[in-house]
Amino acid sequence: MNSTSTSKRLWDAFWQLANPKVFMGWSGRWLPWLVGLTILFLGSGLIWGFFFTPDDTRQGSTVKIIYLHVPAALMAINGYLLMFVGSLVWLIRRQHVSVLAAKAAAPVGMTMTLIALATGAIWGQPMWGTYWVWDPRLTSFLILFLFYAGYIALWAAIEDDDTAADLTSVLALVGSVFALLSRYAVLFWSQGLHQGTTVNLADGAKQENISNVFFQPLFLSMAGFGLLFVTLLLIGTRTELRRRRLKVLQVRERMQ
Amino acid sequence: MIQLFMRDIGLAVRSGGGFGLALIFFLIVVVLIPFALGPDQFALALVAPGVLWLGALLACLLSLDRIFGLDYEDGSLDLLASSPLPLESVYIAKAAAHWLTTGLPLALAAPLLGVLLNLSFDAGMALCFSLLLGTPALSLIGAFGATLTLGIKRGGLLLSLLVLPLYVPTLIFGAQAVRSASLGQPFDVPLVLILAISLGAVAILPFASGAALRINLR
Amino acid sequence: MMPDLGKYAVEVMGSYGVSLLALALLCVVYIRRSSLVKRALITAEARKDA
Repeated sequence: MNSTSTSKRLWDAFWQLANPKVFMGWSGRWLPWLVGLTILFLGSGLIWGFFFTPDDTRQGSTVKIIYLHVPAALMAINGYLLMFVGSLVWLIRRQHVSVLAAKAAAPVGMTMTLIALATGAIWGQPMWGTYWVWDPRLTSFLILFLFYAGYIALWAAIEDDDTAADLTSVLALVGSVFALLSRYAVLFWSQGLHQGTTVNLADGAKQENISNVFFQPLFLSMAGFGLLFVTLLLIGTRTELRRRRLKVLQVRERMQ
Repeated sequence: MIQLFMRDIGLAVRSGGGFGLALIFFLIVVVLIPFALGPDQFALALVAPGVLWLGALLACLLSLDRIFGLDYEDGSLDLLASSPLPLESVYIAKAAAHWLTTGLPLALAAPLLGVLLNLSFDAGMALCFSLLLGTPALSLIGAFGATLTLGIKRGGLLLSLLVLPLYVPTLIFGAQAVRSASLGQPFDVPLVLILAISLGAVAILPFASGAALRINLR
Repeated sequence: MMPDLGKYAVEVMGSYGVSLLALALLCVVYIRRSSLVKRALITAEARKDA
């Protein structure tokens, strides 16, 4: 009797991944495909964008930076969301796979944030005349970078794995509240209460390019970055799960 | 809970308790600024709001690991945990004691230090109010950070790394209030927002800190 | 083959250089850690079963 809807079955199947053995098996099967797809999409997106797109009338060839900046920024936020969800699931259900996925996602997210900041600054230099501008978006990303750094540092500083998982999860949740608050505060800080018309470089570029030939390589690049994120996430989570098993074995050996 | 509160205050005020340190640090920072930026009155007046808020914030940061650290090391925290007092109340009592011995003196001293940086009277009042409303938030957030880094040896630097991003909204609104006041503009909005942060902190941080304390004392 | 980047050549090349370097480093670190831990686990499992 096939009465359960597909979405419920997908949901149940997804939660099967909470079992470390199931996760390792599933991720091991999919990883080669993911690596291949990542190379395909990322490569084609960046190559197309770098070599085969025309210059922008206002921004010249710097518009090519969009193929790095926008996907990296999206992944930076994505990494953060994963950290948040993974921490939440750990605190509620105490499933190691989710919190270790959060732990594995953090360095990826942090690198993406760094890329977004660097490309944003380099892009800004010819446009605004200075490497760094305290505009709301860049500033929010800087704060996000600090959150990632703190989360990773806390994981590294605590010896007991489960205690580390608990405390970093609490940090992630409380930090999220403040992150939301910071976003609003930074907007307020740069423009007063009224949202002025800050011409954000990437937004401006996105608006004029959304309908023409720039968009396709951008889409490929975004997909590529997304696939890269998932690939690294799976590799990292597998490493963490193995490391955990290794610790258990080592403790057992020492006790014998 | 009141007893714990009074005890912590007593501990802080006694010699070796570090009571005046935050104030001295604040003074030193404010004195160093003109050396770093040059004695031009107008330049100093321009940066004074931010510098004063930043100095108070950093001075608060100094004494954060004492909030729980000393009790954790000598085992008193374990005793408190097994007492009928819930850990959330322990957190509140200790954060309140920290505010009374650190935040409040800083808030009151700030306008005086503002004179050194050519801060106008109105801005000085705004500084005092914004710090009075904001330092509770700083103590609460800082104490929360202290519960996270409790068991970590020499976790002071990590504590700063964790707490400083959390301080950003309070700093933004606080400094903005003083800046608006120094320009003769109304500064009620930032003050209300700071109050909101402090109240929000009281609402959610006790639970997060209680959980963190329980985790660390396992 | 190289497109004419005009006066923004340094900026564009710089962006691509920094980004690709960062991504490459990230991948290297993740893959290295993965193989190190995998190997250590295999030897530990072998010791356990021995």
